[in-house]
Amino acid sequence: MKALLRKETGLFVLLVVVCAYTAIRSPNFISLANIVNESRLIGMYGIFSIGLGMVIITGGIDLSVGSMFALLGVVLAMLLNAADNTWPWPFAWMNGRYLTWPFAVAATIGLGSLLGAFHGFLITRVKLQPFIVTLCGLLLYRGLARYMAQDDDKGFHEAKGFEFLKNFAKGDVFGIPMPFVMLIVLSIVMWFVLHRSVYGRHLLAVGRNEEAARYSGINTKRIIAGTYILSGFLAAIAGILFAFDTNSVSPSMSGNFYELYGIAAAVLGGCSLRGGEGSIVGIILGTILLQILQNLVNILHIPSSLNFAVMGAVILLGVLADQLLSNRRKPRTSVEALKR
Amino acid sequence: MNPLVEVRGAVKRYPGVTALGGVSLQIRSGEVVAIIGENGAGKSTLMKILGGLVLPDEGEILVDGKPTIIDSVNKATALGIALIHQELNTLDNIDVAGNVFLGREPSRFGLMDRARMRSEASALLERLGLPISVDTPLDKLSLAQKQMVEIAKALSQNAGVLIMDEPTSSLTLSETDQLLRIVKDLRERGVGIAYISHRLGEVTQIADRVVALRDGKNAGDLAKDEITHDNMVRLMVGRDLDRIHLPAADSIGADRLIVRKLRTQRYPDCEVSFEVKAGEIFCLAGLVGAGRSEVVQTVFGTDPALGGDVTLDGVTVALGRPKAAIASGICLVPEDRRSVGLIVDWSVKTNMTLPGLAKYARGGLIDGKAEAEAAAAESTALGVKTPTIEAAVANLSGGNQQKVVVGKWMLQDPKVLIMDEPTRGVDVGAKAEIYELMRRLTSAGVAILMVSSDMEEVLGVSDRVAVMHEGSITGVLDNKDCSEEGIMRLAVGKGS
Repeated sequence: MKALLRKETGLFVLLVVVCAYTAIRSPNFISLANIVNESRLIGMYGIFSIGLGMVIITGGIDLSVGSMFALLGVVLAMLLNAADNTWPWPFAWMNGRYLTWPFAVAATIGLGSLLGAFHGFLITRVKLQPFIVTLCGLLLYRGLARYMAQDDDKGFHEAKGFEFLKNFAKGDVFGIPMPFVMLIVLSIVMWFVLHRSVYGRHLLAVGRNEEAARYSGINTKRIIAGTYILSGFLAAIAGILFAFDTNSVSPSMSGNFYELYGIAAAVLGGCSLRGGEGSIVGIILGTILLQILQNLVNILHIPSSLNFAVMGAVILLGVLADQLLSNRRKPRTSVEALKR
Repeated sequence: MNPLVEVRGAVKRYPGVTALGGVSLQIRSGEVVAIIGENGAGKSTLMKILGGLVLPDEGEILVDGKPTIIDSVNKATALGIALIHQELNTLDNIDVAGNVFLGREPSRFGLMDRARMRSEASALLERLGLPISVDTPLDKLSLAQKQMVEIAKALSQNAGVLIMDEPTSSLTLSETDQLLRIVKDLRERGVGIAYISHRLGEVTQIADRVVALRDGKNAGDLAKDEITHDNMVRLMVGRDLDRIHLPAADSIGADRLIVRKLRTQRYPDCEVSFEVKAGEIFCLAGLVGAGRSEVVQTVFGTDPALGGDVTLDGVTVALGRPKAAIASGICLVPEDRRSVGLIVDWSVKTNMTLPGLAKYARGGLIDGKAEAEAAAAESTALGVKTPTIEAAVANLSGGNQQKVVVGKWMLQDPKVLIMDEPTRGVDVGAKAEIYELMRRLTSAGVAILMVSSDMEEVLGVSDRVAVMHEGSITGVLDNKDCSEEGIMRLAVGKGS
């Protein structure tokens, strides 16, 4: 617990340093427009990163979320717009039909959760490796998205009939963008779930030592499958927000690599890929840092081709610093253990 | 003629225990020396010393009459000593020839010389009478055949001394016969063999000499014509035990836990039936590998049951689900405390409350105060020595860790507490506390099902003892009828 707190503090300090440096170099960074824009992005990325973080805490991984954004976005657009969409086989019966927005949203979120449940089933019951299952998901859903959309971008145009949904997704509360507001609410809920609830304790136990958890009477399969369902559920919510943010979904481009942003945020935030470790605050800080880094590349006029390189370098430095610090701590504890 | 290998007065101490207290052993060319002894008598440590895995603290090793230090496996190999482990060291994804020459692959121009490997390996297999192709991957072979491959590997290194640690423990009868034939054949060729086995029947068949160990010391030797079942049992037991004095159970009630025709994965053809009464300590005794832990893990549900049923106070318990077992009042203190009994880098508190967390929660949220109070109270009641209940259990001594495992189940109000090796790795003081606690629990009507390999514990703590041998219960004894010799007789299997 203490080690985790230290990780969060370290990450927070790094974040403050990066922000201060950027703000000094370019005042644009702290302009209202930039801050609002950044918080909207942080909101959308943060929502699915929390789901990914929970999966990582069990020692698993979910590579499929990026492709889910494309598939779910395409499905949502096609469900909402009856007129200008033709459904391919075997969904031709949907032609000319549409769903009112509450049903379309429910169907999209339901589909996301169902895909998550499918992953959870394959991982816990069929005992396939999470990496393989969700890698196949990544390929499968991307392909399905392109097939469903017949490689056309699917847009929302004037949002006739679902103006409320669009206004909600793109709206704000007292000037704070809706995705960020949703992230705050979700974080508070998930903080209680992970750090204060029975389920959260069981989740950490399963991630840390699955056998010991099983010997304590915890239904480890249900816990693990649950995190994949949650990841699919949150990916669907984030997917809807992403779709309205750009007002159109490109089946081949939307959400590319986004799973890696989520994994990077969770790892930066102190989730161990071996499982059993992680915190909501850490995941949020990790998400913010990643978005700020992208923003920094733009604002400081660093060639945007270096975007990924900057992110990679900072993540590597962060993980390296953490490793060196924890290595320095280790020998002392092992000597203490020997004395006993 | 000098013996091939001789050990003189080997001593090996580990923190808190003396594994070997001055053991001597000679292995001559062309003889099979059987090494027998109870669990923990020091057989494995002695073998590890010969194999270069462990350095003795005192004593010397002579190879061909010359004092030698065997400080690595490579050194042992170079001296012609090969150790064949209980758990095999073969690689399943590589073929027979590759396994035989693993790490010493002959090469030509920097490439593996497959032709030479194949021809030499097949010559060895022929010598061992093993009718398999050298191209067979190891995962296609039976356990016995894999063992033969290990022997072939040892022979390819020109091993003059072969040390076999319970080679037949997982073999079928016909496989055992095959192995024994090969051992005899190797003896004809002048190889010296040290053969560790719990199976006295085999020993009678094959050994030229028996060396018995007891509590890390030589307990006596038997020459070829003295090797009988009774003589061996007499040598293995018969030490002075520090008797543990535990007050007798005051009120033994009706059958509480009834196990009927239980079949485990380890011994699918054996049915185990027994009952544990309210207020008694019922012990499953036997040698390592008799299937005792498998029985209790199957009752608790962490191992799948192949058949049979378990009832608690007349109500059937669902098998295969630890959660159901705990809910009905069956709790397990497992043998492997550090990997399945506890989450070692978690605190005393979180470990203790893990199974019954819902009791300290409202609406799914944990009431931190209630949780801490419950853990603190239990920790105090059991006398867990820890600075705070927030300390990680990894930092506690073995005895205190065990108390945490017990405490975790005490918070669940068990009706049947299963304790698998309850005092393994526990210091003397904590041991006594754990025994007292067991008696306190039984006085309150709890039934305790204990698995123990520690003879003092079996004799001193149990009210009744069931002895297991290779998956079956060979006898049930009342405490007053218990003797070390009687238990040992049942543990090695009557007829064999």
